[in-house]
Amino acid sequence: MSEHLLSLMTFLPLVGMVILLFIPRDNEPLLKSFTLIVTLVTFFVSLPLAFNDAFRTSSEMQYTEFASWINIGGFFQMNYNVGIDGISLWLVLLTTFIMPIAVLSTWKAVPKGVKGFMALLLLLETAMLGAFISLDLFLFYIFWELMLIPMYFLIGIWGGKNRIYAAVKFFIYTAVGSLLMLVAIIYVYYYAIQSGLSMDGFSIAQFYMMEIPAGLQLWLFLAFAFSFAIKVPMFPLHTWLPDAHTEAPTAGSVILAAILLKMGTYGFVRFAIPLFPEALQTCMPYLATLCVVGIIYGSLVAMVQSDVKKLVAYSSVAHLGFVMLGVFALNLQGMAGGLIQMINHGISTGALFLIVGFIYERRHTREISEFGGLAKRMPILTTIFMIITFSSIGLPGTNGFVGEFLAIMGAFESGLRWYAVVATLGVILAAVYMLWMFQRVMFGELTNPKNAELKDLSAREIVIMIPLLIFVFWIGIFPNTFFDKMNPSLENLIDQVKGKQQVAMVQHVDAPEHLEFK
Amino acid sequence: MENLVQTALANVNFSAIMPSLILICFGMALLLIGVFSRRGRTTHIAWISIIGLVITAVYTYVDWMDAESHFGFAGHVAQDNFAVFFNIIFLVAAVLTILMSDDYLKREGYPINEYYALILFTTAGAMWMASGTDLMTIFLGLEVLSISLYVLAGLFRGDVRSNEAGLKYFLLGAFSTGFLLYGVALLYGVAGTTNIADIGMYLSAHKAALGNPMTIAGMVLLSTGFLFKIGVVPFHMWTPDVYQGAPTPITAFMSAGPKAAAIAAFLRILLLGLGDLQAEWSMMLWVLAVLTMTVGNFVAISQTNLKRMLAYSSISHAGYALVGIVAANEIGISGVMFYMLAYTFMNIGAFAVLVLAGKKGEENLTLDGFAGFGYKRPFLGVAMCIFLFSLMGLPPTAGFAGKFYVFAGAIKAGYIWLAIIGVLNSAVSLYYYLRVMVYMYFREPLEDYSWVKLHAGAVISIVLALLGVLYLGVLPDGVMEMAKLAFF
Repeated sequence: MSEHLLSLMTFLPLVGMVILLFIPRDNEPLLKSFTLIVTLVTFFVSLPLAFNDAFRTSSEMQYTEFASWINIGGFFQMNYNVGIDGISLWLVLLTTFIMPIAVLSTWKAVPKGVKGFMALLLLLETAMLGAFISLDLFLFYIFWELMLIPMYFLIGIWGGKNRIYAAVKFFIYTAVGSLLMLVAIIYVYYYAIQSGLSMDGFSIAQFYMMEIPAGLQLWLFLAFAFSFAIKVPMFPLHTWLPDAHTEAPTAGSVILAAILLKMGTYGFVRFAIPLFPEALQTCMPYLATLCVVGIIYGSLVAMVQSDVKKLVAYSSVAHLGFVMLGVFALNLQGMAGGLIQMINHGISTGALFLIVGFIYERRHTREISEFGGLAKRMPILTTIFMIITFSSIGLPGTNGFVGEFLAIMGAFESGLRWYAVVATLGVILAAVYMLWMFQRVMFGELTNPKNAELKDLSAREIVIMIPLLIFVFWIGIFPNTFFDKMNPSLENLIDQVKGKQQVAMVQHVDAPEHLEFK
Repeated sequence: MENLVQTALANVNFSAIMPSLILICFGMALLLIGVFSRRGRTTHIAWISIIGLVITAVYTYVDWMDAESHFGFAGHVAQDNFAVFFNIIFLVAAVLTILMSDDYLKREGYPINEYYALILFTTAGAMWMASGTDLMTIFLGLEVLSISLYVLAGLFRGDVRSNEAGLKYFLLGAFSTGFLLYGVALLYGVAGTTNIADIGMYLSAHKAALGNPMTIAGMVLLSTGFLFKIGVVPFHMWTPDVYQGAPTPITAFMSAGPKAAAIAAFLRILLLGLGDLQAEWSMMLWVLAVLTMTVGNFVAISQTNLKRMLAYSSISHAGYALVGIVAANEIGISGVMFYMLAYTFMNIGAFAVLVLAGKKGEENLTLDGFAGFGYKRPFLGVAMCIFLFSLMGLPPTAGFAGKFYVFAGAIKAGYIWLAIIGVLNSAVSLYYYLRVMVYMYFREPLEDYSWVKLHAGAVISIVLALLGVLYLGVLPDGVMEMAKLAFF
């Protein structure tokens, strides 16, 4: 059982999707509850991962599975090669955790085509889980591209007014990046063969052992980084994000913010950084600058938004800037901070989108100026919203504090000191735009008569929010539950990258700069 | 005299052209049956032609298992793995096309018996092009193929566009054949033979001949002829008009079968005959590949008629195929062969959806005509999406696998920039393929599409194409191994 746990978890939603296609389209309650059950079962299947103590001590991949998939003698071999370590563990669990919440949030929000909506959600879950567990670069690419298709339809069919523009922009931005990455993947593969490695498919463990000269690394790194930076998104490649987020239906925004954006940061940690450590060193000042610009710019733009959802979308740009800054710091504090901040962002921004969705379902508008004084009518919502806002700002005691503090501290202790100093301004700005928005929406006089009749959260909506609130405090107060399991893998990764960087400083890698055989 | 006849007959060896012979026999039988059938009754003829194709396919399969090359007609024809692989492509294209044709022809009011015989003849011509080892055999195959196609393109006598398509294709086709023949003549002048392998041997034995302007001119003119048939920029001008004017199933067929045939003959000539000129032709094709991909994709963006859009997209796909030819290594060439098969499935599948979606007189094939189509006709909508994703080159479809091998070939051969231009072009193509889906799913339906009937033949064709697209996408290794064995 446990040796196929990852496959079971990954393909369960896909099987669920196939069964779902046979449920009549009119039976909406059944369609919804079936999807909810599938995602819940998936979550419970993935739960044993969280209780495995092997992650505490070992940086090795766990639950590995291996099967030959495509094998064309002499050309290519692609394997079904999966496994997780402390880095992917929490992202996998975040995915299985967020999905039932996203499904539950659509109970009333999807006016048409429930069947298609649910089927796409399940397909998306398989693709996301597949990408997180892939240990083969080719397999990763397949899942990475597969994610695009359901998200494209989710935004395009169930989105807001500008949905077509947003969906096409989302698709093309992401696809352009990944196509260039594909070229780099093929190139790396041939380079690995040329340098005498016996490649077992596109296994990343073997790619890690490669020694690539600095000049070539730079190009390959840029191709990978471009693709991941679009997905993160890093400034200035972020412009698809506000459109996609604003137009997507609530469940789509939640998944997009909580999980899809993490694909980019995860891609950096798993592929771009360990494969091309020297190129990272060369690009570090520029990348860190982009992170900081993203933090400040995202915060400033968020401040002037009149649409709550757009505000949250821009705040994502800023938050992801902190994540990347921590990751690029390349020390344990920074990377652990970045990694936990990925989870935090998934929880708190996911929750913010849910809250925006709750309000939108009641009032069919998201303009801040339409609201004011909701606190009197909706005390429960106000309390929850308040906690999530604090978490998003990074108030001590909540999860956001742990992540941002560690990420900034890591950057401060590495060579990125001044970047960290400037980034800290972002924390203050976050407090400004979040609290200001919260104040305008929730406090003050209830002037708009349309808001006078608003109902507070229903039981279903409270049930959705409770798990998220639990994790806001759990990560905020006992972060070691999570750090303990990611540290061995992160330490190993950092040693590996730093080791390679030092070797490269001492001795020049004696290998050809390009492919030499035809 | 008698002796001469005997040696000639001994050299014949019909097994080398057996598949095409079966098709020719069936084709002629169909013409006879057509004479004795009542006017307007074509269904049985369609099914007989499919039986003929299936028998040929079985024979071809046996041929493949046999794994032995058959040579015939004094070295003019070779039924080797390479030819067999392409035969499979032609047969797939012909079967898928005929399946969707019958109801379409009746709807359009042209239930013509000869239609099916002509498709079989075209297929036979294509087979001769793939198995021809002599420039003359290839020319013969090309003519059989082209003449049948000229008729098929202009099949709808009462339709101006169809007439235009037939005439345009005929005039330009005849013109390009002239180039081809002139190239053959020049190469004959240099090497003293029209046998491809002999030309290759002559050129590698006489290095001085490589620098001879006549050789280069011969190569360029010969290439022009083939590039015209493949629809490579700047010889693509005929494609949009012909593709739009021809009956839709014929457009589907033309974009896959004859194109693959021209690529097959072109590959054999380039690799076996002009292998020593690789530096020259790969440079030429590099430029043409970039032009073809770019022009095809950028012009496709501005099309609003789906048939015309697919015509331009087929130009860009010819460009992707050229990338593999430029690479000219084992994976690149096998990649091209794989790609042609993949393209056959996905493109004919997409056209089959158009066949069903159109009204009489080929109306309603504009983007607006597809508004909300996916909701009203879920099966066709989903099928179309899968074909479009495959045309984009997204995993896990055949189009992705094909592009992957072709670009991998280019990267392995050191043509990094060509691969990068190729993938950027795929990115451009996303826009117009996605737009079809935007109309099908993201817009409210304007009509109820009540005229769309799910005819059995076309549906079978779509289902087969879907299976092909997904099978080649998820498990490409079997077919890729075949393509590898076919590489000479």
